[in-house]
Amino acid sequence: MLQLIENESIRETINGKRVITKKPELLAPAGSLEKLKVAVHYGADAVFIGGQEFGLRSNADNFTIEEMREGVEFAKKYGTVVYVTTNIFAHNENMAGLEEYLRAIADVGVKGIIVADPLIIETCKKVAPELEIHLSTQQSSTNWKAVKFWKDEGLDRIVLAREVGAEEIRQIKEKVDIEIETFVHGAMCIAYSGRCVLSNHMTARDSNRGGCCQSCRWDYDLYENVDGNEIPLFNQGDAPFAMSPKDLKLIESIPHMIELGIDSLKVEGRMKSIHYVATVISVYRKVIDSYCADPENFKIKREWLEELDRCANRATASAFFEGEPSYKQQMYGFHAKKPEWDFAGFVLDYDEETQMVTLQQRNYFKTGDKVEFFGPEIDTFTMTVGQMWNEDNEPIEVANHPLQIVKFKVEQPLHPYNMMRRWHKK
Amino acid sequence: MKKPELLVTPKSLSHIKDLIEAGADAFLIGEQRFGLRLAGEFDIDQVKEATEMIHKAGKKVYVSCNALFHNDRLEELDEYLKKLQKIGPDAILFGDPAVVVSVREFGITIPLHWNPETTATNWFQVNYWGERGAKRTVLARELSLDEILEIKENSKYEIEVQVHGMTCIFQSKRKLLGNYFLYRGQVMEVENRKENKNMFLHDKERNNRYPIYEDMNGTHIFSPNDICLIDELTEFFEAGIDAFKIDGILKSEEYITTVTKLYRQAIDAYFDLGEEAYDEIKDDLYEQIAAIQPPLRPLDTGFIYKETVY
Repeated sequence: MLQLIENESIRETINGKRVITKKPELLAPAGSLEKLKVAVHYGADAVFIGGQEFGLRSNADNFTIEEMREGVEFAKKYGTVVYVTTNIFAHNENMAGLEEYLRAIADVGVKGIIVADPLIIETCKKVAPELEIHLSTQQSSTNWKAVKFWKDEGLDRIVLAREVGAEEIRQIKEKVDIEIETFVHGAMCIAYSGRCVLSNHMTARDSNRGGCCQSCRWDYDLYENVDGNEIPLFNQGDAPFAMSPKDLKLIESIPHMIELGIDSLKVEGRMKSIHYVATVISVYRKVIDSYCADPENFKIKREWLEELDRCANRATASAFFEGEPSYKQQMYGFHAKKPEWDFAGFVLDYDEETQMVTLQQRNYFKTGDKVEFFGPEIDTFTMTVGQMWNEDNEPIEVANHPLQIVKFKVEQPLHPYNMMRRWHKK
Repeated sequence: MKKPELLVTPKSLSHIKDLIEAGADAFLIGEQRFGLRLAGEFDIDQVKEATEMIHKAGKKVYVSCNALFHNDRLEELDEYLKKLQKIGPDAILFGDPAVVVSVREFGITIPLHWNPETTATNWFQVNYWGERGAKRTVLARELSLDEILEIKENSKYEIEVQVHGMTCIFQSKRKLLGNYFLYRGQVMEVENRKENKNMFLHDKERNNRYPIYEDMNGTHIFSPNDICLIDELTEFFEAGIDAFKIDGILKSEEYITTVTKLYRQAIDAYFDLGEEAYDEIKDDLYEQIAAIQPPLRPLDTGFIYKETVY
């Protein structure tokens, strides 16, 4: 671990206690209106969403302008702000409609855009100057002079390249006065972002316009070419060449990141489920709040780490923040990781008098299953599912229809947006 | 109409002499500490010698500084730029905006060429970087013919297109080859193969072979085919594309020299004798390249006629 240096500029003494008053923003992904609401409810300070155009992740069910309006209004009630990703590298054909689109985004109350292409930066300055402009990690900004360049161009925030380490971030913060955002959790590119077109060459899908087919997650065989003879550099039974990175997880580095004065901590994953967003955001929320409230006595709790594991489908690593990643931060051979807990239900309502919960099924479960409930208002608890009823109050034993309404008795109070996980053997 | 500049990537000082004779108009040199994926390594003294040699022949020389720099390399970048200012090449290539900041800071007067490789995708960006000092843009190789022509039409600055050779399709900061050897416990292989540039990844499903190597900038992966547009140049000629690049990365000096001679013939035929003269020889020129193509390196036309979706 790197040495943690206390940063006086983010502290104040309140009631005789040194606390951190300059908290970093916790920035959550929201691939749909429902995910946005969950992210906001579970404690995000800001969410980033994609529109129908100009963003990466063309497979995500992106927001219409009307949905953006609804999302912004919902977020506002919690004091949460919304950013829109418009981070493609445009081709000529993508230029049409950009001005109207940016104007519409600004009109529904979005706070800023995340952008890589100077075309979009300059167009935004012209037609929607009230929007903040954040430079996307797609520009792979790796040094303080590049950051200074974009500051001088009038940008409000820089999302650094994922290859930048803690000491480099410290130098950047020291040399240039601009908001800095870095990734703390989620899947990552193994390449410098924007500098990979594997997908274009292998499947004719443009990675820098949202078409990435993730060819970096495939297996390859390594050979050498000796005068046109192909000599394998592997033996029968060896794991093939792979460049798949483990997912980023910097929960234990959060104190260090706060002390560096990083302005926004970003969780990746607009394609991930509401369960993923809820789990990850609620844990990081707790870590940030606990550290800032009492930095001297802060400790990472085992339960937070266990909670994060509940939604992990890949092994995790710290990537470049703590130094150059070794082979141990990549995945070779068979590497699917299946958590022991599945997201099974989304709480819609709870009747305190009858102690009946109404929830929406999100995965198979049945009477007799061991389940746990979690959410920002409650302490996580486990129980066994008893008799269940369907929407028409007919008794059922099995909830096996996607999104079906299910009711059963739960003694502890629950709240809408709470979630239920079901335990199963690995 | 003016002839496009024929830009080549020499591997050594003596190779520059051959390429001048072969008819090259401009030369891209540099070293991996500052420039990405160069055909040859030229330290600062060799850059000086090459510049003198090339200028004496009335040709142009460009030095590549298009790496992605981390903080720890900024100081040496500044020193390098100051030395280049004294040597006086005709342009400095960049991708990282840090170079623009340093050029302003030290009053470097050598013109810039913007070459970020994958991200130079539209004409607005050409003009944007042009206004910030880049008198030329080297376009991304993942563009179609129509896109290239439209960019040229709307750009106020010079446009360079790669017409021949391998293209880079991936750069990671991680040492992916070394990591693979370490994962399998082959510590010796890491050291043994550090400088090797003859490895490739095989993708069974597509039966493609992607060259791969490591250097101080990380791991680089290349296209499975070599672009060859020698028989497809008419529209580029008509559009007035300013420079044609032959990228000689991972090729022999003899190969690069021969290919340069053939492109010289193509350009001269079109401009000195007319379109028909070019049409008459172009298939033969293509066949001559096909005949010297190294094993396992098929030719194709890149993205010129390919449709990309997203």
